[in-house]
Amino acid sequence: MGNYVEETYDIVVIGAGHAGCEAALAAARLGMETIMFTVSVDSIALMPCNPNIGGSSKGHLVRELDALGGEMGKNIDKTFIQSRMLNTSKGPAVHSLRAQADKQDYSREMRKTLENTEHLTIRQAEVADLIVEEHTIKGVKTYSGAVYHAKAVIIATGTYLKARCIYGDVYNYTGPNGLQAANHLSSSLIANGIELRRFKTGTPARVDRRSLDFSKMTEQPGDERIVPFSFSTDPDSIQKEQVSCYLTYTNEETHRIIRENISRSPLFSGAIEGTGPRYCPSIEDKVVKFPDKDRHQIFIEPEGLYTNEMYLSGMSSSLPEDVQFAMYKTLAGLENVKIVRNAYAIEYDCVNANDVKASLEFKKIAGLYSAGQFNGSSGYEEAAVQGFMAGVNAARKIKGLNPVILDRSQAYIGVLIDDLVTKENMEPYRMMTSRAEYRLLLRQDNADLRLTAIGHEIGLVSDERYEYVMKKQQTIRDEVARLKTVRVGGEARVQELLERNGSAVLTNGVNLDELIRRPELDYKKVAELDPEYKDLPDDIIEQINIEIKYEGYIERQQKQVDNFRRVESRKLPDNIDYKEISGLRLEAQQKLNLFKPMSIGQASRISGVTPADISVLLIYLTQNKL
Amino acid sequence: MNTETIAAISTAMNNSGIGIIRISGEEAFDIIGKIFRPANPDKKLSEVKSHTVHYGTIMDGETIVDEVLVLTMRAPHTYTREDTVEIDSHGGMFVMQRIMELVLKAGARPAEPGEFTKRAFVNGRIDLSQAEAVIDIINAENDYALKSAVTQLKGSVSEKIRQQRSALLEQIAYIEAALDDPEHIEMEGYGQVLLPKLQEIEDCVEELIRSADDGRIIKEGIRTVILGKPNVGKSSLLNALVGSERAIVTQIPGTTRDALEESIRLKDVTLNIIDTAGIRSTEDIIEKIGVDKAREYAAEADLIVWVVDSSSNLDENDLEVAQLIAGRKAVILLNKQDLPEVTGKEKLFEQLGSRQTALEKIPVIGISALKESGLDMFSETVCQMFYNKDINFNDQVYITNIRQKKALTEAKESLSRAVVSIEDGMPEDFFTIDMMDAYSALGRVIGESVEDDLADEIFAKFCMGK
Repeated sequence: MGNYVEETYDIVVIGAGHAGCEAALAAARLGMETIMFTVSVDSIALMPCNPNIGGSSKGHLVRELDALGGEMGKNIDKTFIQSRMLNTSKGPAVHSLRAQADKQDYSREMRKTLENTEHLTIRQAEVADLIVEEHTIKGVKTYSGAVYHAKAVIIATGTYLKARCIYGDVYNYTGPNGLQAANHLSSSLIANGIELRRFKTGTPARVDRRSLDFSKMTEQPGDERIVPFSFSTDPDSIQKEQVSCYLTYTNEETHRIIRENISRSPLFSGAIEGTGPRYCPSIEDKVVKFPDKDRHQIFIEPEGLYTNEMYLSGMSSSLPEDVQFAMYKTLAGLENVKIVRNAYAIEYDCVNANDVKASLEFKKIAGLYSAGQFNGSSGYEEAAVQGFMAGVNAARKIKGLNPVILDRSQAYIGVLIDDLVTKENMEPYRMMTSRAEYRLLLRQDNADLRLTAIGHEIGLVSDERYEYVMKKQQTIRDEVARLKTVRVGGEARVQELLERNGSAVLTNGVNLDELIRRPELDYKKVAELDPEYKDLPDDIIEQINIEIKYEGYIERQQKQVDNFRRVESRKLPDNIDYKEISGLRLEAQQKLNLFKPMSIGQASRISGVTPADISVLLIYLTQNKL
Repeated sequence: MNTETIAAISTAMNNSGIGIIRISGEEAFDIIGKIFRPANPDKKLSEVKSHTVHYGTIMDGETIVDEVLVLTMRAPHTYTREDTVEIDSHGGMFVMQRIMELVLKAGARPAEPGEFTKRAFVNGRIDLSQAEAVIDIINAENDYALKSAVTQLKGSVSEKIRQQRSALLEQIAYIEAALDDPEHIEMEGYGQVLLPKLQEIEDCVEELIRSADDGRIIKEGIRTVILGKPNVGKSSLLNALVGSERAIVTQIPGTTRDALEESIRLKDVTLNIIDTAGIRSTEDIIEKIGVDKAREYAAEADLIVWVVDSSSNLDENDLEVAQLIAGRKAVILLNKQDLPEVTGKEKLFEQLGSRQTALEKIPVIGISALKESGLDMFSETVCQMFYNKDINFNDQVYITNIRQKKALTEAKESLSRAVVSIEDGMPEDFFTIDMMDAYSALGRVIGESVEDDLADEIFAKFCMGK
């Protein structure tokens, strides 16, 4: 077949998963003529693993994405079938929202949004080649020979590159769910000097709801009051009837079967070469690694309202089919289980994200971007936020604007991308709240306050929304300041209110904020002592309570952030050859040349770069007036 | 970009002489104001003319620590081009350390290696053409500081800190795992379980801080190396010193040299005798580990003890050693006095020929390691050298001690804050913020950074969901 040119676009997005969708939407909404390729239009925004969005720290990512103008939060608000806020007994920094999705509905709604977005074209085809000239991307070529010229290309191939699904000694050279793998792009990437690595992940079996006995399990209903993911979703509009999940456990018998058959697991026999994630171990991994645990929790989650399929969360496996069948049957309530789809492990090609900049553009190929699982992350949410940032930055590059780079003090998105591009990740990377050193400030409840202005500046948040958030910010600030000036003394009505709330009575006068700070009190509880009490919306009251109650901690973390920003703002130009800086130790020269950090702060996080090297860099910058 | 105020002891510290503590940065004058009481009570250092000297006392609360001279210098006419204050003290090393600690408590932080020079450079005080030289200074000081942070800590202290760190990390990992995976890991009421554990760690850190006050966490002492050709009686000497009632011996494992150091106390003076396995098994430092290694040890040592066999003539090997001690602080021991003497003091210098000028001031003592005679004289001589300031401690040791104490104090403060959070009934995620700070502060004491310890610990110890 000849090299026929089909069309010319601004931006090509390869892949239509959670990264690809956000990338394509962001690019098109910023006015870029965008084409999104997928091996199957029916698998747009597919959820090939767990049937939920959010959860610890991932919920934060979705909220942040929403504040910036992404789609995931809105889409799950339209399609959830159960919703829970986790960790509510803990501090506000670790509250996290998780919603069970109707998988097909989720996929369909996202597709509807994509199909109705201007400047966005969807095309079913396998991209096989990158067209690169002089270290600059020029377009792509499909397997069938069509050439698409473009100014920027975003790779978001997820787990599809040279994918191989495995259970026992059965291999299928397919992507997830038996979908066609993308087998041709890898060699083009390698030919263009991009090093690939092989990662692995896995998924549990899906079973028929009718074959389960829920009376032997613990029911897990949704929250009474549903909190939406998107800041622009009206909470009242999404209150609805929810479906339940169920909890059961593995037992000694399950573990015995697994132990007896462990030699048949491809992970243990060495048939799987990819590196799997430690945080999402297969059930056989758990049994081997934690022999003292006599049971493991298994959550049974519905895949949607359209189907009887249920997801066995906590029990991913790559054991042979007969072993899977035997072990699943040992669980209480699963005695007569019918498996619809087997559990399997999946291996795929991905890139070492150290080869991309914080803008997600490849260091070696201008205009080529990379996002999602292809970058060595895991999870729908991690993928979505990267896709969004890649889409935004590709569009900005074409428009001649500086990339938007969120730092570790601004967002979990910043932490995620900084970790991916700066640290050596040996396994699929998952977000965790403990990775965010300033998590008290990076809460899911204030993602709008943190990021709406940036989303507006990018051009993906409306003026109306921006003004609303700015006003909200001002109201919170004013109200907190005002509460610090409202004096209350030991009058009878004060003492009576305190006693009623189980709070110590006053011995001398205090300001109202000091009462709100008490664990047993809050803004609303002291309302009757406040002559200027305002009936504010719940989200504003929540912010006032948090700011007052955790003020000391928040201030301390804010100070750390100020220090962090000082080093982060010392920029390092791209074109420094660190070999020329003689004071640097050899290891530092090599690492710095490899990573090309964008700031002194990022340089200091590279392993092998010492404080003395940083001093040398600062001197170099001064000497050269950089 | 540096707005923090830094401080350092900037002269060699020994038991005497003037020591200078230099403070540089925006808060230099505030800091001296907090700890200095001028002899003239009406004087305020914040108002005096630049480049003037003031007499008064350094105060720890109401206690007088030392009489000092304070030199005040306003930016930009200072080395660093920042406000700078120098405290001149006559009080010796322990007083200097106390003053330094007060300065840190008042708001300064210890200067990084080469930081004064770095600031001078960054603030334009030093010519740009000298950048290379500045970089060399920073690298040299940094290498030294890095090496000393680890090697100067007693093995038992490092071990204790490692234990506390790993206990702390285990707790942090548990809480973080539970926060990350609340449906799989239960944490209800965990604060009450954690409280006694944290208090235990806090107690241990407090004990270490007290030890640091007494200088007990570092290997303080005169670094001593015994040189001599084979069979002159080096290990007999060591055994005699170790075995005699005069000496108290401790073995310190875990130094980076893979060697043992014997710490021997002679009256008021502690000798850290570098004693490699090689020296002990073959008695032959020259042949076994080579002249280079001997030279290296000799170069690092504060005191060299050259053992000569007085029952025979000097040979080439002896002359080799003689070269190593030329110009150094040393003692020559004429061993084997129990045998007929061939080489006495005069004969020794005769045989040294032209080399003798460089060695003439070195005390020569006759001993018999076998009969344990002459050892009192040796001990007396070494102590006298110390009193006369002929031999010194390595001053870097004290700087290390101050840094490490500061880090220990920070760890303790963080642990206290975590305890307060528990007692105040804060949610669990607040505990780990301060616990993590304590963990990294303890890491600084033993020269270990945090990296990905937490994630590794979580995955290794806790079975995460999905």
